[in-house]
Amino acid sequence: MTQATFAAALLTPDLPCPAGLQAWNGSDPTARLAVYRNNVVSSLIDAVADTFPVVQELVGEEFFRAMASVFVRRHPPRSRVLAHYGAEFADFVDGFAPARAVPYLGDVARLERARVFAYHAADADALTAEMLGEAMSSGEDLGALQLVCHPSISVVVSKHAIVSLWAAHQGDGDLSVVDPALPESALVVRPGLDVLVLRLPPGAARFVIALQTGAGLADAAGLAAGETIDFDLPNALALLMSHGALTSVQIPRSRSR
Amino acid sequence: MSISNTVVGQRAKRTTSAVPKIRTGSGLPARAGVGLKPEHFRDVLATRPDIGFFEVHAENYMVDGGPFHHFLGRIREHYPLSLHGVGLSIGADGPIDEAHLDRLDALIRRYQPASFSEHLAWSSHGDVFLNDLLPVPYDRATLDRVCDHVDRVQERLQRRMLLENPSTYLEFEASTMDEAAFLTEAVRRTGCGLLLDVNNAHVSCVNHSRAALAYISSLPLDTVGEIHLAGFATDRDAAGAPLLIDSHGSPVDEAVWGLYAAVLARIGPTPTLLERDNDVPSLATLLAEAQRAENLMPAPAGPKRCGIYWGCS
Repeated sequence: MTQATFAAALLTPDLPCPAGLQAWNGSDPTARLAVYRNNVVSSLIDAVADTFPVVQELVGEEFFRAMASVFVRRHPPRSRVLAHYGAEFADFVDGFAPARAVPYLGDVARLERARVFAYHAADADALTAEMLGEAMSSGEDLGALQLVCHPSISVVVSKHAIVSLWAAHQGDGDLSVVDPALPESALVVRPGLDVLVLRLPPGAARFVIALQTGAGLADAAGLAAGETIDFDLPNALALLMSHGALTSVQIPRSRSR
Repeated sequence: MSISNTVVGQRAKRTTSAVPKIRTGSGLPARAGVGLKPEHFRDVLATRPDIGFFEVHAENYMVDGGPFHHFLGRIREHYPLSLHGVGLSIGADGPIDEAHLDRLDALIRRYQPASFSEHLAWSSHGDVFLNDLLPVPYDRATLDRVCDHVDRVQERLQRRMLLENPSTYLEFEASTMDEAAFLTEAVRRTGCGLLLDVNNAHVSCVNHSRAALAYISSLPLDTVGEIHLAGFATDRDAAGAPLLIDSHGSPVDEAVWGLYAAVLARIGPTPTLLERDNDVPSLATLLAEAQRAENLMPAPAGPKRCGIYWGCS
């Protein structure tokens, strides 16, 4: 029996116990293989549950574990480092028919996944007002300045009130007054040791996504303003800077440091 | 405890003089340590408990930044560290994952652990990580492969590693030697040390109807660099025979304490980890269990335990 056969039997409960396994008392080795099967699947479900606690609260433990057991068999980890396991979970939830009654479940999963990503992301010091002022007075074209985002940040854009829903499950706000149908976008960032979840004002999500892809200040602001007339550039910059979401300013085509 | 005390006395008289004095150990202090859990990070720094060392699972720290590195770095300033791998898959039928060895090397350079250990098991197949420690047949081909893998690990990390005896639930028809012979040969050929998990020894011996003390006695005890103690859960196999599950979710069983005392009587004070990975209790509870282990170690004749690492006042 090869390890390939053994591995396949672990993830596929319908497969028979591989040949070549035995117990001292001659008992059916299937019952003993079940320990390994359970270790593998349960520990992976536990890992998914650790990353998505609010998704679990929204659907209940029993439903969640049943859903996760399908997920872990379809998407077993491809890395020996489990910290980032579950990258495909939100897409899986979107396509999981029994969960369709909770249309915001996938986006809440995206938000929770972004939190774990932020938790383990690289550390970086925040951009200070002094550094920004220095760049702005450098004589370069202000609109071309590139604001560099913190390595921990993610933006989650949703048609649902994912930030309010998530916050209510942290004891912050009343779940009964949250209207899930109100669109919200989240910024997730870890400026120090604690992961922050912020509700982004109109246009700010588009602005940050543009910054993440290397757009200059003017282009990013233009994209955000094109999305909504309510986009407020000074307000967006203040929000990002006060939460450590920016780390440096790059001046294109200028003297490099 | 009365039964195990009797065993200790017998063992001590019979075999202590036969064990070589030179300890090819791990560099960890011959004291008790506990696993470092994220929920205890702040508590450890605030209270600085008098504990021999902390152990971490290497893979949990293979991340870019954040609180795990922040706290491990600060705690490492005050305590010796044991780096324990759970993902190297030394028993795999494929080659050792060089990228994973690179990650281990980076962690070792950063945190300078006193010991690195891994399991006689496999946990990955192809690129799929199964997140469990899976069994291998004890035959020549597997022995050769495991030895090649241990050689490669020790060469790449430029250090001696400790290989841990597994807890197993099944046996292979293909096995041609027993587990102790397999481990003895692997240790002899690679020069690695043994991480003697006394709970695993108990679990496997119950699961395969063997005598645990005889099994332990046939291991290369002079190469033990660290001992693990943990709790198990109890199940039944298809014939109703007890099947113990290495769960790391409960206190150490009295039978395991008894075996541990017997081991100490044979090899003297040895770095000992209290493992708890599920249903993790308070730090104080873990420390009390560690204290029980330390109380079983005869006072070392060598240097006093307090020193620069321990910050005893």
